[in-house]
Amino acid sequence: MALMEKPLQNEQGQGADCPKETVIRARDLDLVFQTNDGPVHALKDVTLDIDRGDFVSFIGPSGCGKTTFLRVIAALEEPTGGEIMVNDLTPDEARRLRAYGYVFQAAGLYPWRTIAGNVKLPLEIIGFTREEQEERVKKVLELVDLEGFERKYPWQLSGGMQQRASIARALAFDAEILLMDEPFGALDEIVRDHLNEQLLKLWERTNKTICFVTHSIPEAVYLSTHIVVMSPRPGRIHEVIQNPLPRERPLEIRDTPEFLEVAHRVREGLKAGHGYDG
Amino acid sequence: MTGDWMREKVLPVLTVVAAIFALWYGAAIWMNSSWTLAQAERAGKTLTFTEIVKDTMSQSRPKLPAPHQIAAEIWKSTVQKKITSKRSLIFHGWITLRATLAGFALGTAIGILMAIAIVYSRTMELSLMPWAVISQTIPIVALAPMIVVVLPKIGIEGRLIPKAIISAYLCYFPVLVGMVKGLRAPHREQLDLMKTYNASGLQSFLKLRLPSSVPYLFTSLKIGIAAALVGAIVGELPTGAVRGLGARILIGDQFGNPMQIWAALTCAAILAGLLIMIVGLLQRITLKRMGMAE
Ligand SMILES: Nc1ncnc2c1ncn2[C@@H]1O[C@H](COP(=O)(O)OP(=O)(O)O)[C@@H](O)[C@H]1O
Ligand SMILES: [Mg+2]
Repeated sequence: MALMEKPLQNEQGQGADCPKETVIRARDLDLVFQTNDGPVHALKDVTLDIDRGDFVSFIGPSGCGKTTFLRVIAALEEPTGGEIMVNDLTPDEARRLRAYGYVFQAAGLYPWRTIAGNVKLPLEIIGFTREEQEERVKKVLELVDLEGFERKYPWQLSGGMQQRASIARALAFDAEILLMDEPFGALDEIVRDHLNEQLLKLWERTNKTICFVTHSIPEAVYLSTHIVVMSPRPGRIHEVIQNPLPRERPLEIRDTPEFLEVAHRVREGLKAGHGYDG
Repeated sequence: MTGDWMREKVLPVLTVVAAIFALWYGAAIWMNSSWTLAQAERAGKTLTFTEIVKDTMSQSRPKLPAPHQIAAEIWKSTVQKKITSKRSLIFHGWITLRATLAGFALGTAIGILMAIAIVYSRTMELSLMPWAVISQTIPIVALAPMIVVVLPKIGIEGRLIPKAIISAYLCYFPVLVGMVKGLRAPHREQLDLMKTYNASGLQSFLKLRLPSSVPYLFTSLKIGIAAALVGAIVGELPTGAVRGLGARILIGDQFGNPMQIWAALTCAAILAGLLIMIVGLLQRITLKRMGMAE
């Protein structure tokens, strides 16, 4: 893989050496949606700290508030109670400073823009100079292994490539926090493995803070430093599992007893929280 | 490749065209034969079937002219007349086309602006939309004479502007409906994405809503241009008009000249077809340039 050119060993254990810096701090977060069928308690008493450089997975059955929590972090949803700070700012202030790169489940590329054009979109809006736009597009497309596809339109690319382009788009403006809502949910397993591997390397390289929603236990265990197990009705955090696996993770690690042990703990957590229907 | 194209595109169309011509000739024989038979009876003659058929195709004032008679009439009043002549269908066609294009431009502009207002303001939606719908329930033939009569009274000279207004009146509605749908086409995640970039309202409009609406706009424009042509012709029907395809139809009727009516009608149909084709072509080119069509 192109992303493997640099050896990454020296970045291992970095979390232990550096002082922890909390990027996202949620305290007793509550969110109730008023719907026609009455109130829906999407989040209840959610308390969580996410440190810089963490890779945090959110896992739980449908409707347990994973998407809602991500949207609260991104200031796309207003909590009805509790408090949340991002870089010691409110989510909305952080949004205005473009602290987030958001990757939705559907790649959501604009069909009327080429791949380069799509990646350029946030850069145009933020107001980068033309040269800088070109430079950044080139850099992030390399990062997601899409060099050579600049002039293609989204429909000319496979689903996995489209999703990589949407990740490049989220990376283009150097947001520190990457929010990813089931980005690989619609892809088949082989493509998904490949993208997981790439995402992990990308995270190592860029050292971003990543919040990643998933339905898949192996995906959560393979990717994350922390796994947040959530349970529904009302949506709340059941358990936060610290992942003991080393930072460097070849795909084969998924067959090791250590990996299976973590996966087992996640499964037990899901069961205890509320039957896992994924 | 070309064989397939012939089989799948050209052949069905030709079949339909042939069927229409056959029906038309049949109807012409049937409708015009009563006159032929009446004439023969008065002259005390009996006619063979062939003679009847022949006569029904060559009357000077048939109830329904046969296609070749209309073609001959069109030939006579286009190629064989100077363009500036009052008897040239090209002259009259141009008069109608001018009003159509003016009305189309006006109607499209109004439709797009109203759609933007409606999409961006709930108040506008509540106050404009019902009126827009009501406006389309008023028969244009009732409204057209009023517009033609009233406008000169407020100092607007000539026929072009009243006709363009009638055209615009018919044309703006499909554009409005299509544009509202198009501007609302971006779904929540696309709008949220703009929000995470902290995009301004104008940026979201220019970079997301407007491009999203283009396919919808073109679909509406095809309906709109045809409606604009209808409006222009209707605007030429109220008494007093002497120029334009609508006036030709009316005058042909008043003077009992079916050839003239049918020639004008056919020209109007051809014009409509050409206009829709041009918009369709613009649509193909635009969408292709935008990467939204192969
Ligand atoms: N905009 C909304 N309005 C009303 N209810 C909502 C809205 N968004 C989410 N919900 C409800 O909140 C709960 C949590 O939803 P969500 O965060 O999407 O769950 P997840 O992503 O874990 O599947 C669900 O019951 C859902 O129906
Ligand atoms: Mg979700």
